[in-house]
Amino acid sequence: MADIILEMKSITKEFPGVKALDNVNLVVERGEIHALIGENGAGKSTLMNVLSGTYPFGTYTGDIYYNGEICQFKTLKDSEEKGIVIIHQELALIPLLTIGENMFLGNEKKNKFGYIDWDLTNNEAEKHMKQVGLNESAQTLIKDIGTGKQQLVEIAKAFSKNVKLLILDEPTSSLNDEDAKMLLDLLMEFKKNGLTSIIITHKLNEIIYCADKATIIRDGSTIETLVKGVDDFSEDRIIKGMVGRPMDDRFPAREHRVLPEVGLEVKNWTVYHPLYHEKIVDNDVSFHVNKGEVIGFSGLQGAGRTELAMSIFGKSYGTNISGELYLNGEKVDLKNPEQAIAHGLAYVTEDRKTNGLILGESIRFNTTLARLDKVCSRGVIDTTAEKNVAEEMTEAMGTKTPSVEQRIGNLSGGNQQKALLGKWMFTEPDVLILDEPTRGIDVGAKYDIYCLINKMVGDGKSVIMISSEMPELIGMCDRIYVMNEGVLRGELDAKEATQEKIMSYIISAEN
Amino acid sequence: MSKQKGKQGEAQFNLGAFLTKYSMVIALVAVFILFYFLTGGRLLYAQNMSNLLLQNGYVLVMACGMLLCILTGGNIDLSVGSVICMVGGVAAVLITNKGCNIYLAIVICLALGIAAGIWQGFWIGYMRIPPFITTLGGMFIFRGIGRLVLNSKTVSVQDASFLNIFTAYIKIPGLDTDTRILSPFVVGILAVAFILYSTVSTRANKAKKGYRQNSAVADFGRAALISAALLAYCYLLCQYKGISVMLVWVVVICLIYHFITSKTAFGRYFYAVGGNEKATQLSGINTNKVYFIAYANMGFLAGLCGLLCLARIGSVNGATGTSFEMDAIGSCFIGGASAYGGVGTVPGVIIGALLLGVINMGMSIMGIGDSWQYVVKGGVLLVAVIFDVVSNRKSGK
Repeated sequence: MADIILEMKSITKEFPGVKALDNVNLVVERGEIHALIGENGAGKSTLMNVLSGTYPFGTYTGDIYYNGEICQFKTLKDSEEKGIVIIHQELALIPLLTIGENMFLGNEKKNKFGYIDWDLTNNEAEKHMKQVGLNESAQTLIKDIGTGKQQLVEIAKAFSKNVKLLILDEPTSSLNDEDAKMLLDLLMEFKKNGLTSIIITHKLNEIIYCADKATIIRDGSTIETLVKGVDDFSEDRIIKGMVGRPMDDRFPAREHRVLPEVGLEVKNWTVYHPLYHEKIVDNDVSFHVNKGEVIGFSGLQGAGRTELAMSIFGKSYGTNISGELYLNGEKVDLKNPEQAIAHGLAYVTEDRKTNGLILGESIRFNTTLARLDKVCSRGVIDTTAEKNVAEEMTEAMGTKTPSVEQRIGNLSGGNQQKALLGKWMFTEPDVLILDEPTRGIDVGAKYDIYCLINKMVGDGKSVIMISSEMPELIGMCDRIYVMNEGVLRGELDAKEATQEKIMSYIISAEN
Repeated sequence: MSKQKGKQGEAQFNLGAFLTKYSMVIALVAVFILFYFLTGGRLLYAQNMSNLLLQNGYVLVMACGMLLCILTGGNIDLSVGSVICMVGGVAAVLITNKGCNIYLAIVICLALGIAAGIWQGFWIGYMRIPPFITTLGGMFIFRGIGRLVLNSKTVSVQDASFLNIFTAYIKIPGLDTDTRILSPFVVGILAVAFILYSTVSTRANKAKKGYRQNSAVADFGRAALISAALLAYCYLLCQYKGISVMLVWVVVICLIYHFITSKTAFGRYFYAVGGNEKATQLSGINTNKVYFIAYANMGFLAGLCGLLCLARIGSVNGATGTSFEMDAIGSCFIGGASAYGGVGTVPGVIIGALLLGVINMGMSIMGIGDSWQYVVKGGVLLVAVIFDVVSNRKSGK
């Protein structure tokens, strides 16, 4: 008889106007890694929030059985006491506090006088850090360690709470491939010691790699649970379950018609760190993109790709930038983003929430922001024209929204990304730089965005794509540049590129 | 077609949404009615109603500038009261002690206000010194300069032509005689005609383009209420001296800033910076300049207020303008501006300022001392912001 640690039975959760979860069932066995997959807005996070007590008992219907007994969690603390710990996609760490302080935040180790016992705190912290293989001092500040290590701190923190069931919400979305693999290996290691994990992720290859079972949620309902070794446990099979139809092509076909003219060329581009002026972030980088061409930039996190793009985009990153920039064969000097936009450059930022959108404002407001002059006459906004263009862009991008007056923060990730693309399409760019354009969005929305990219280059524009997902670069680009530690390590024709080849460029650079 | 229009074309009247949207207007009316009874009707005397706007005129002018600062991210300008003292002091000294031409004096004083604003705007916008610190410094510096200029004395201004520019009551030949004042009424009727015209034309425009309409009841009801309040106010003005030039200054400033914040690209940048500065910067907008303009403009309006205060009070001393900035800041927050930036409107700020003004005036008429007025004002500010935060949380913002 299987040892069931968690069973969620016919969970239904409604928000005003929306049924987020409709009769969802989930069974998790002790000691397994259970993947929870589904498109954005399918209800995965909602389900986990119900489980952890973030949505307290009474706001949903259905039963939760944990270790055989029925549970009614009212707060996060209730579920944590039982050993259920959830690690959210956005890490809940405070950058200016130390690892130790973060780990026992809200749960401080006190001595008998009620003061915090720092020696005990740090000692305990380091004990748990060792469990997850994190070799740092507990007194290191969070801001001084990378995202990968921060993720480990979160897991160590979970251990400090005596975790039995660990829930990870998109743990690898901000990690590079190497760190992601390390994290997954760690989970598999813990599994041997009996830890049960539920992992929510969009990266199907990770599921194949580490999960024992995968439950697919679509539109608030559980569709099926696939078991490794029993069912067909392949990416195609999972996608079929997620979107409800087989998706033969994850990348839309495109006629590769690279024009001979060069759209953008960069020569000997060198960028220094904005704060540490001696540190070189991008060193002597040269590349070009033709009209009608998609080029990709691959590399690990911290390879200097985003910094390269931003420094080209009107020097919005770095100091002491040197090198030459040519647009349509003409040498230009772009001093600020305004000039970059005027020269037909668009940079769709990596982090749509912090750098891309004004979440509290409407789609209309966001769409026109970068080129308000297009809907203005003598500095006065023509609201009718503005509304019209916003509606046009929304339709062209396929953004799903009741109206353009909708607050952009209320949209799902995929729709936010489409709205962000719409904002930059509105600037009518000749060269579009996309920084992680499909991070954290579902398969369907990804496909739509790929189609938009194809349309751009079909019109003879140039697209530069920065992505940590190698299959995406291989599937979409004409050529791929590989960067590591601020240096261009190689250039591949996409036809002959494989993940192994790209990795070998990166790794050979490290040796 | 028409059936569909009835269903989707016009939004249904929603009481809950209405109450949330107009909560501060309702609060203003409630407070007004409360004080009407507490003062035994004296609040509504023509003289008091006329003074309500004149006494708070400087608050309204300052609040318009403060709104721009707050929009950039909840940043405030603490130096406003000191700038008023400095500018008012310079004006008084120039006019009274030096016998300077008043127009020249006005230009010098406005330039001085702008200079103070530019000084602070430079540090805040281009050097990124926190606004709180910069303007706290300005608060001391400008107060000190003001006292130096005044030589720690009270200087009064009796120059009639100077006072006329800011405080005289307008007399239109033919309409206004010594015994009968009609100009407010004429102005009121013109304004009401404009409000009705713009309501009708906006609706017609929306209908033509097939946009979503507010319900006719809401649109015309609002226009009717505003018109009625306007006419009633004009009627009261007719009974007490008529329209003051000061009122014209205040109304014009409010209209200009309302236009800037709601209709111009430049006004929108303030909302964008407050909403997400990084995204705004990457959209090709010079955010440094936005900060700079917000504070430079605040200096300009503070300078203007210095002149308005001098004209209204007739004299300046080293303590003039003390804690005036707090009235402006309070008006903004009571009027719905967000302490995190990116949210707030000029009409909201006007409501906020009037709410504070009515409370002040009501309590003064009742003979309640300054000390209690502070307590009540502070309480109102807190309650307004708490209400705002809680209702936003409920609606899931």
